[in-house]
Amino acid sequence: MLFNNPDVLEITLLSIKVSGLATLISLLIGLPFGTLLGLRKFPGRSLLLTLVNTGMALPPVVVGLAVAMTLWRSGPLGGLHLIYTPTAIIIAQVIIAAPVVTGLTAAALQALDPRLRLQLLGLGASRLQMVLSIWREARLPLLAALMAGFGSVISEVGASMMVGGNIRHQTRVLTTAIVLETNKGEFASAIALGILLLLITFLINFALTWIQQRGSKR
Amino acid sequence: MSTLVEIRDLLVHRAGRPVLEIVHLNIERGRVLALVGPNGAGKSTLLLVLARLIKPERGDILLNGKPVTGLRDREYRCRIGLVMQDPLLLDMSVYENIAIGLRFRHVPGPESVRRVEAWAECLGIQHLKTRKAATLSGGEAQRVALARAFVLQPELLLLDEPFGALDKKTRTELLRDLKALLPTTGATTLFSTHDDREVNALADSKIELADGKIQYESSV
Repeated sequence: MLFNNPDVLEITLLSIKVSGLATLISLLIGLPFGTLLGLRKFPGRSLLLTLVNTGMALPPVVVGLAVAMTLWRSGPLGGLHLIYTPTAIIIAQVIIAAPVVTGLTAAALQALDPRLRLQLLGLGASRLQMVLSIWREARLPLLAALMAGFGSVISEVGASMMVGGNIRHQTRVLTTAIVLETNKGEFASAIALGILLLLITFLINFALTWIQQRGSKR
Repeated sequence: MSTLVEIRDLLVHRAGRPVLEIVHLNIERGRVLALVGPNGAGKSTLLLVLARLIKPERGDILLNGKPVTGLRDREYRCRIGLVMQDPLLLDMSVYENIAIGLRFRHVPGPESVRRVEAWAECLGIQHLKTRKAATLSGGEAQRVALARAFVLQPELLLLDEPFGALDKKTRTELLRDLKALLPTTGATTLFSTHDDREVNALADSKIELADGKIQYESSV
């Protein structure tokens, strides 16, 4: 019955869109930044790594509070009118997922033999060719970083609730809908939405794991 | 015989202290030069400086009489070949590993295939081409690493203890093959080693390094 409800389809698609986009943006930020932290030595690198690793454990509700205060009408970016929009949720989720992708990327590249980089450059690789080869070499942990980044945002509720407002047809996603149904005492609906969320998470991670393991057999 | 590489007044620091100081060194074209000396003598550092993977504090390196500073790093590195003690192969097939430097240098496909086939045969690894690098033995992997450098037809070949990680039997076989192959490459070769047999088998001359300084240079 729940799955015939057009609201459920809308909420599901919005969840996938918002968390998918947030993961993609986090990848675009985290992959180059994590590569820099993983491969280059420069003053302040340890401090940056510590900050990124701390960021991996950021409570979503704290992120939600910070983003809400920033985007609030009277806040510094209030003029953009982003509070209670899907964009606000994406911003909050990027802040949650980007440190995860960055930290795991840096760790993955630091685990490689540091002489590999010298060997690649010694073979005539350009900086870009060297980095692409290193990414290829670390593709399994990098895909794990992607999965962890997606997992951290598809399942969070605090930030989405605070900056999205759980508005029907606008910012309601699966996690916030589950909270709403639970608060209403509609446990059957909440459980069904929970199962749907698990199913989506499973399918996306199954696809990424398949790509990852196919890569390991090549 | 003309000089391929000339080093003048070279100083390399690591962690704030000098690890390599070479007042003057000429490396003649087409010669095979062995670098010997204890661990920490500066052998690997010299090879990495010549590969422009370590920047010296001061000094000049001239290639064919011209300062290498006139060349961009990559432009210069496209004229050298580098083999390290460990093969450092990538997680791909043997064929792809041998061809990777050619791919970096955008060598056209047919020429790349010709060179890879030729050197795979010379090094006796033709039958391994489709195997994944991770499945190779130590000796096979080092042959792939050598083929990967030879296909580049480098003017300057830098080998950092290329037999260092191999067992005695494998080392003897590879040494025998390399002795026959090195003259065919035409490359000027520098290799570091702790083993006098390798020096006697491969080198025209040797340099003894200690505490980052040349102690003596002699013919073999």
